[in-house]
Amino acid sequence: MSNNIRIINDATCTFCGCVCDDMNLTVDLDAHKITKAENACVLGRAWFKEHGGNENRPFALIEGREASTEEAIEASAQILAKARFPLIYGLSDTTCEAQRQAVAIADMIGGNIDTTTSVCHGPSGMAFEGVGESTATLGEIRNRADLLVFWGGNPAESHPRLFTRYTVTAKGMYVPNGRKDRTVVLVDVRRSPSAAVADIFVQVKPQRDFEVLWALRALVKGRRVDPGIEQVTGVSLATLEDLAQRMKNCRFGALLFGMGLTMTRGRHFNSGALLALATDLNEYTHFVAKPVRGHGNVTGADNVVSWQTGFPFGVNLGRGYPRFNPGEFTSVDLLGRGEADAALIIAADPAANFPQSAIEHLRRIPVIVLDPKTTHTSKLARVAITTATYGINVPGTVYRMDDVAISLRPALPSPYPSDEEVLTRIKERVRELLGGNRVPAMSAA
Amino acid sequence: MPETMTLIGGRSSRQGTSLCASKLEAEYIEGTSTVGMNAAEMSPVGLQDGDPVRLRSASGEVDVRCKGRTTKDLSPGLLFIAYGPLSSRLMASDTAGSGMPISKHIEVTVEPVSG
Amino acid sequence: MLHIANGRVYDPANGIDGEVRDIYVANGKIVSDVPPEARRIDAKGLVIMPGGVDIHCHIAGPKVNLARKLQPEDHRHDVHPRTAFTRSGVGGTVPSTFTTGYRYALLGYTTAMEAAVPPIGARHTLEEFHDTPVIDKGFYILMGNNVLLYKLLEKGRREEFRDALAWWLAATKAYTAKLVNPGGDEAWKGRRNANITKLDEKIESFELTPRQVIGAMIEAVDELGLPHPAHIHCNNLGHSGNYASTLETMRIAEGHRAHIAHIQFHSYGEVPGKSSHNPTSRAKEIAEYVNTHPNISADVGQVMFGKSTIMTADAPLAYMLSRYAGSKWVNADTEHESGCGILPFAYQDTVYTHALQWAIGLELFLLSKDPWRMVFSTDHPNGGSFMSYPRLIRLLMDREFRKEEMRKINQRALRQTALADGLDREYTLQEIAIVTRAGPARLLGLANKGHLGPGADADITIYDEDEDKERMFGAPRHVIKDGQVIIEDHEFRAEHQGRMLHVSPDYDPKIVEVIRPFFEDYYSIRFNNYAVDDSYLGPHEVIPTLKQRAAASGPGGG
Repeated sequence: MSNNIRIINDATCTFCGCVCDDMNLTVDLDAHKITKAENACVLGRAWFKEHGGNENRPFALIEGREASTEEAIEASAQILAKARFPLIYGLSDTTCEAQRQAVAIADMIGGNIDTTTSVCHGPSGMAFEGVGESTATLGEIRNRADLLVFWGGNPAESHPRLFTRYTVTAKGMYVPNGRKDRTVVLVDVRRSPSAAVADIFVQVKPQRDFEVLWALRALVKGRRVDPGIEQVTGVSLATLEDLAQRMKNCRFGALLFGMGLTMTRGRHFNSGALLALATDLNEYTHFVAKPVRGHGNVTGADNVVSWQTGFPFGVNLGRGYPRFNPGEFTSVDLLGRGEADAALIIAADPAANFPQSAIEHLRRIPVIVLDPKTTHTSKLARVAITTATYGINVPGTVYRMDDVAISLRPALPSPYPSDEEVLTRIKERVRELLGGNRVPAMSAA
Repeated sequence: MPETMTLIGGRSSRQGTSLCASKLEAEYIEGTSTVGMNAAEMSPVGLQDGDPVRLRSASGEVDVRCKGRTTKDLSPGLLFIAYGPLSSRLMASDTAGSGMPISKHIEVTVEPVSG
Repeated sequence: MLHIANGRVYDPANGIDGEVRDIYVANGKIVSDVPPEARRIDAKGLVIMPGGVDIHCHIAGPKVNLARKLQPEDHRHDVHPRTAFTRSGVGGTVPSTFTTGYRYALLGYTTAMEAAVPPIGARHTLEEFHDTPVIDKGFYILMGNNVLLYKLLEKGRREEFRDALAWWLAATKAYTAKLVNPGGDEAWKGRRNANITKLDEKIESFELTPRQVIGAMIEAVDELGLPHPAHIHCNNLGHSGNYASTLETMRIAEGHRAHIAHIQFHSYGEVPGKSSHNPTSRAKEIAEYVNTHPNISADVGQVMFGKSTIMTADAPLAYMLSRYAGSKWVNADTEHESGCGILPFAYQDTVYTHALQWAIGLELFLLSKDPWRMVFSTDHPNGGSFMSYPRLIRLLMDREFRKEEMRKINQRALRQTALADGLDREYTLQEIAIVTRAGPARLLGLANKGHLGPGADADITIYDEDEDKERMFGAPRHVIKDGQVIIEDHEFRAEHQGRMLHVSPDYDPKIVEVIRPFFEDYYSIRFNNYAVDDSYLGPHEVIPTLKQRAAASGPGGG
């Protein structure tokens, strides 16, 4: 390590939705690396370690050929200005400032804007629209919750500090003994490593979470549930009755849930059942629910798209105003049905995560990618622009999973432009090409 | 081997750390191309840790390596794989009007792959 | 530069009541004269007022965004298409941000104050403000349930209480301290969704009462010399008989300024009913108190029939309403600071309580003897959308229209109120100018707003005169903001980003050493990451405190 060291305190890790803002970074300015990340979990340490370092990547690739950022911006603007059904997707691993530019572009060209929410907690967002949600900031849970129920997630491996900084072991104002003052329940289809922290582990048959949640709702409301529930769900009536009682009798309960509910049979019905259960429990005690968000700023994407368009994801602007319809304007569907004729992908890798038919369509249409790294999607893109990494190189605003907005403290400079800068320049160039926002001609049929 | 098994895709610590380096490099690729199986279901068909198996769903098929797990960690009939390009290939594209493809609890058949 | 010629000017702050006068604008301000090459706007036959000032609305920040997300069905019916240079959006009772800015401007409003932001949500609110065009805006931070302030107050540490309050206002770029159901949050979060109902009841976990909190906050804000006093959403909102605690709350302010938010919701009497107490009107008593106590101001919080959205930091209230209504419900607690509750709502003219609320709001307007201190609001969107302001203006100005509307409502409710006795007063244009512009600006301490004298911000609304006041106020002909013609002949001509209005009170820096340990022990965000950086301000203006104004115009002149 060189002697040219900089310490940055209270930096923010944006690997997962915990968005921990207590990172103390040791930065070796000569080696251009972050050599230590105090307080980071194993995922955070990898995040800080693998970003930074000498970037020898080309500024951009156009059809596989090295190009300048400027050329790539021009090529991108040309593609977007000509497209009739452009899709802008991704945005969970970038700043709010960049997200706002992405929505602005979509509004200008009459495109479709969608974020990784649609394949993450989108169903929970849909459930929210139907049921609402009783929730709280993480500090509230840390300071008050004496009952924690983790459902359909494995925080030990996906959000390690959710347990240590915010919930299970963290001490709080009304939970001064931390773990000892709490009961922890884990509900999942398998005994994941997270089960080790649980007092009670409930194993559910795959695809039967809805039935378990609905039975709990019934029990909370004092209704009778048939013991046959065990055959259906793998969970005995006695276990459910016990859980329902614990939930009603706690002082402040929290249900934290993950993809185990959204990515399986039932999707938004599962999330809705859980949110409804949390609401029901408020007749007896104070109970909150929290969707555990995956990426560092997917919550920011939800917030930005919501305040600018009125809807959280899957928004189409083709008629001159926002329209929202999951299944119609969400990316997996637009690509799977072959409807989008161009795509701008920012800070996401759908070619690694989407179903095959969607990936095949991405190969057929012009794709622009903004990403710090080479990804499956950047490899198939017509234009791939290397951008700097948020939180490591780039300042800006991010939202934690509980909607708390935090400002990033970047550690290292980068030769590459930020997503915000590239998107702003693409937007300005598209504005020149189109002469302003595209306004659909409206006439009676 | 039962007719079909239920594949659970999920995150793992290793998948998370290795993706920070690159999704195109060995550690991530290895992490996301290993399927956990109940050990008691592996031995009757002569499967050992690291052997290649083919997972086939209604939407696609992938070849991965298997790794045995105890019943406590993974019940019979269940498989676990860390999310990645391989697990995604088994997903159907129909989102039932929700935007979300099913990526957990996919019904798959499992065959040892010779060679 | 502009020369607005021959319009009929209503500028109550400068005593101008419908005189035909010219208005001159240069460099974003009203001036006494301009050179002949200035652009001339012919305002013959048109009515000119300062731009509207909304003293209490909910338009940006974490709870507003939750309410936006909650109601896609509300947006679908009311889209706001983009133009070549304006952004698209959606409306309904919780519009998207661009639409909010544009529509306020389209109604001739040029300033709006977001009435309730938890301090931890200030950064989010500022981000939304950036995407809320045209209007100047500010926000009030929720401090009436702040745990650290409670801890200081229960130990009698009044100086530190005041300094911590000042620190919080400065750190979040807020405008004043807001109290909502003081003392209620601790019961809600800490005692299984309980609430507090009496001003002298002990607050859960603290040796404090709401009376003490309210008194301390009013005094501290006064000592800080903030341009706008403590802004108070009293305990027991919506409950039958609550007028008593409203009067008590106002009495606590004796000798100091205080502003009572949406006072209509706090003006109910009660009569025993079959299962509970039925509300009646006590608007007379409330109006009487406000009339005779110059230290008190209020905004009415008029209910307008039709769709609304309840979004309030009064979490127990929202929960209770959602159970009655059987509606979807959002609750969001914010650590150590506040909470909020949200639900879709609708006021129906046939429902006794709703009709009563509507009538009480009108009573308060019509019984008010001082329009400078009983100003215009619907607590948007709680009582109704800001888009209903023109209709409310018509109700105030047009007695015949009011009577027609009174015939449609639940008559039993109507009979509870003075409206049934023939409250025939009609607001004049001048009085409307006071309650929607000059009055709120004065109450907010915005010396350059709400009037058209030289030095004022050139925020000007120009209306076509119309018999139908709803039509008149619903579509101003021209709207000028900071001297730029933003709307001309009803159409947008230019983009404009309004300013952030905030205070930056002085405090003893030692208070940081009291606040920091509390953060380290109990908050989930680092102290160093909490205060909002100046880079979030954008175009902004610091409104000075009394002391800062005095120092600026010190002995050497000003």
